Amino acid sequence: MQPESVTQFQPVPAKPSGEPPLVAVPVEATPAPSIIVPLPGLSVPAIPVPAIPLSGPRPRGAKRALATVRRNPLALAGGTILILMALIGLFAPLLFPGDPLAIVAEPFIWPGSDAAHPLGTDSLGRDLLSGIAHGAGVSLRVGLSATALGLVIGVGIGAVAGYFGGWTDAVLSRLIEIFQTLPNFVMLVVLVAIAQPSVTTLSIAIAVVTWPTVARLARAEFRSIREKDFVMAARSLGFGHGRIILSEILPSALPPLIVTASVMVASAILMESALSFMGLGDPNVVSWGSMIGSGREYLRTAWYMCALPGFAIMLTVLALNLIGDALNEILNPRSHEDRR
Amino acid sequence: MPTALGIVIISFLLLQFAPGDAVDVLAGEAGSATAEGMAEMRARYGLDQPVLTQLWAYLSNLVHGNLGWSPRYNMPVTQLIWDRVPESLVLTGAALVLALIVGIGLGAVMAAREGRLTDRLLSVLSLVFYSVPAFWIGLMLIVLFSIKLGWLPSGGAGTIGSSATGVAALLDKLRYMVLPTISLSLFYIAIYARLARVSMIEAKGQDFVRTARAKGLSERRILFRHVLRNALLPVTTVAGMHVGGMLGGSVVIETIYGWPGLGRLAYEAVMGRDFTVLLGILLFSSLLVIVANALVDVLHSILDPRVGGSDAA
Amino acid sequence: MNGPIVQPRVPAVPLLAVEDLRIGFGAHQPVSGVGFDVREGETLAIVGESGSGKSLTALSIMGLLPSSARIAPGSSIRFEGREISALSVKDARALRGGSIGMIFQEPMTCLNPVMTIGDQVAEALRQHQPLTRKAAKARAVELLDLVRIPDPHRRVADYPHQLSGGMRQRVMIAIAVACGPRLLIADEPTTALDVTIQAQVLDLIDRLRRELSMAVLLITHDLGVVAQWADRVVVMYAGRKVEQGEPDPLFARPLHPYTQGLLTASPRLDDNFHYSDGPLNEIPGSISSVAGQVGCAFAPRCAHACTACRETIPVLHHLTDGRQVACPVLITEEHRVAAFHR
Repeated sequence: MQPESVTQFQPVPAKPSGEPPLVAVPVEATPAPSIIVPLPGLSVPAIPVPAIPLSGPRPRGAKRALATVRRNPLALAGGTILILMALIGLFAPLLFPGDPLAIVAEPFIWPGSDAAHPLGTDSLGRDLLSGIAHGAGVSLRVGLSATALGLVIGVGIGAVAGYFGGWTDAVLSRLIEIFQTLPNFVMLVVLVAIAQPSVTTLSIAIAVVTWPTVARLARAEFRSIREKDFVMAARSLGFGHGRIILSEILPSALPPLIVTASVMVASAILMESALSFMGLGDPNVVSWGSMIGSGREYLRTAWYMCALPGFAIMLTVLALNLIGDALNEILNPRSHEDRR
Repeated sequence: MPTALGIVIISFLLLQFAPGDAVDVLAGEAGSATAEGMAEMRARYGLDQPVLTQLWAYLSNLVHGNLGWSPRYNMPVTQLIWDRVPESLVLTGAALVLALIVGIGLGAVMAAREGRLTDRLLSVLSLVFYSVPAFWIGLMLIVLFSIKLGWLPSGGAGTIGSSATGVAALLDKLRYMVLPTISLSLFYIAIYARLARVSMIEAKGQDFVRTARAKGLSERRILFRHVLRNALLPVTTVAGMHVGGMLGGSVVIETIYGWPGLGRLAYEAVMGRDFTVLLGILLFSSLLVIVANALVDVLHSILDPRVGGSDAA
Repeated sequence: MNGPIVQPRVPAVPLLAVEDLRIGFGAHQPVSGVGFDVREGETLAIVGESGSGKSLTALSIMGLLPSSARIAPGSSIRFEGREISALSVKDARALRGGSIGMIFQEPMTCLNPVMTIGDQVAEALRQHQPLTRKAAKARAVELLDLVRIPDPHRRVADYPHQLSGGMRQRVMIAIAVACGPRLLIADEPTTALDVTIQAQVLDLIDRLRRELSMAVLLITHDLGVVAQWADRVVVMYAGRKVEQGEPDPLFARPLHPYTQGLLTASPRLDDNFHYSDGPLNEIPGSISSVAGQVGCAFAPRCAHACTACRETIPVLHHLTDGRQVACPVLITEEHRVAAFHR
């Protein structure tokens, strides 16, 4: 199966319109591009027809970003949660000094029953709040580094494939397809089982299973952008391939990649937590997944030990996805049109 | 089939990278093993041959459907996997069907109420489904439905020692399937709901829907005969691509619910450091994905006459 | 005009009567006070450029306006004497595709890509007539034959992508006339087609008009189409009717500066239709934003515009031969006198 098939079968053939639509009037603020239609025979003269503004002007660029955020309080909430989580993760060693894996109190203290341990303690007497705070740092670190690595590999391979085309593209596309066929999580389990689990190897393993998505996207973008006039111009000026790829095409290809990146961080966090839950995480750090894993045995009596860290995962991932949605709306004008 | 070959080679390479081998594990478990004894076992399993020889042996074994021998289970890996496949297919199949039905349903409702409160609430809900870790929601469902309410079993694939047959056996099985199926499908419900929403809204704006309206068709008929069928084309394509993801997701879900499928086997293999089995599962599930993709292509050419048809125009 | 066809007698109640039609999107009103009649069996053409509101007018008759559009109170669309807005949902559906058929500009996208053309024709039939699946299929083949699709028995199982644009438009026509409508609305039916196909499709529509004795409301921006096929013409500008009349006198002596401009700007107009007197080679400007503007919408582009034109919207003058014009400046004494005596 070709990776492109998703878009290929969209039920919407482009409308070869001979006349600008009368009904769906685009909401344009500034003078719209005039549409001059050459008509054969005895016709109403081709007169420039500006689109008619119906509702307010559509803000552009930074203004549009601001307006989107204001119109979409959920994105704002997502941003707030994410910043909060990042701060907690960053300052956990200051806020909760000491090893979060150390035994500090008696076990099985329920949340809210002891002021010294507001979220209670686990089966060994480790403080849950401290664990969750330190876990935030681990989750975000793995999420960010896995995404960064995945982006570098994916954009690199996708850019080369899309830019050069030909047999380079054929070989790299095959490679992308092979890695996409391998079931992500099974592959991840295999990789982690082979390597010694640590924050670094987890990040690398997650990047290894996520890069194909980026590569596919980057390849498609580079393929279409390399045909654009400004790239042709750069080529005729004798710019090197590296320069054209990095400074001419990459900036234009960036918006969809940024949107993908935010979703990748979210899924990397989910993958890390699942691995840690199964006991395949870094044994030397506390992670949300491993906290749930160790609480699982006591699900019947002390389910809060699983519920709380899981809630933290959900909040963080949700925040990232909300931001991804907002970014998509700001950076991807086509979907912006669709949403109207 | 170059894709399949590529996957085979990756599997083999990973096997080579694996630290230690099955003999080490066995020896470790036995507690006392002499160096001679271990060398003898390696020779028996062919583990002392050069890499290329091993690759050749691996490939020729594969051609005969032989994925190797699991010293731990003391049975052929192929056999081990085949025994678990039906349970895995039942679980992932049920989850896929559930995700499609609920997801498309939610998407249709959101599209019908586009921009209104229902749409917004369901959009947020689907985003929550998309963000919840499957293993966590699995545990929380157990807390609620097994521990607190006592309605459904918390694990297993059927009542042990049950002698029920026919409908009773099926119902028993279904009771065990409910929670794992829901846990596995939530993430995909979210994906299909969002996708179905967008493609329904897009399909509704199509010219042929206006034509259908100009024929005097009822809104219901327009929805089912014209909008839905066109809107579902992209959903079916994506659903086919999710088979691999679901097989991966079932590793965690089957572990939680003790469901005796491939995922659970993968977990046991990791814990037992039985890489022959683990890579056999990777290989086998990749082949399943390839088969699923081929099936989707066939399905697509049935649903969409424009695919693979002749263009007279 | 079409040979020796006798102009049908004017019945007491026109088939379709549109009065003071106003369609708004929020504060904006792209159709603001349009009225015309369509008589039994005639072809009425509405001509105007993009944005003149002609397509919205057509869609409103079918009840196919986008949901954000509002028909202002006081507007009236009567079909066979019945007010369309007062019909129940069921009756309105019976009208659509039953008594009124409609074809659109884009034959490439107007057919469902995943249904055979036979099924799409049969669907229209079974919606309005108690036919069995088999009978509907047989009738669909007849209809495809009627619209001159070659080899209809085989083509009936084709999907839209297997047909050319012209053939698809024929299928659309077959769907529209399937239930023997009294009125066929054709919204720019040939705009998206090759020039060579255009005449064939219009010819087909006109033949069906006579054979099925239905009226045709032809929406177009093509003056050539109007001259050749229409019995009467309505010229629209910026959501208003600016002129109405029969094609020959209207083209021979346009009475509205906009119509005049249209004719001058048309490059290949026959000499006898040519308005050679005026200084206009093209109409300056464009249909501007109507919102907030007072007076005649054409005034900013009009060579004859005076202060009064910019302050009040000109009334529609009813002249001889059913001629109407919404501008006083070019009306000759002869027209005025005749109108006075009427």
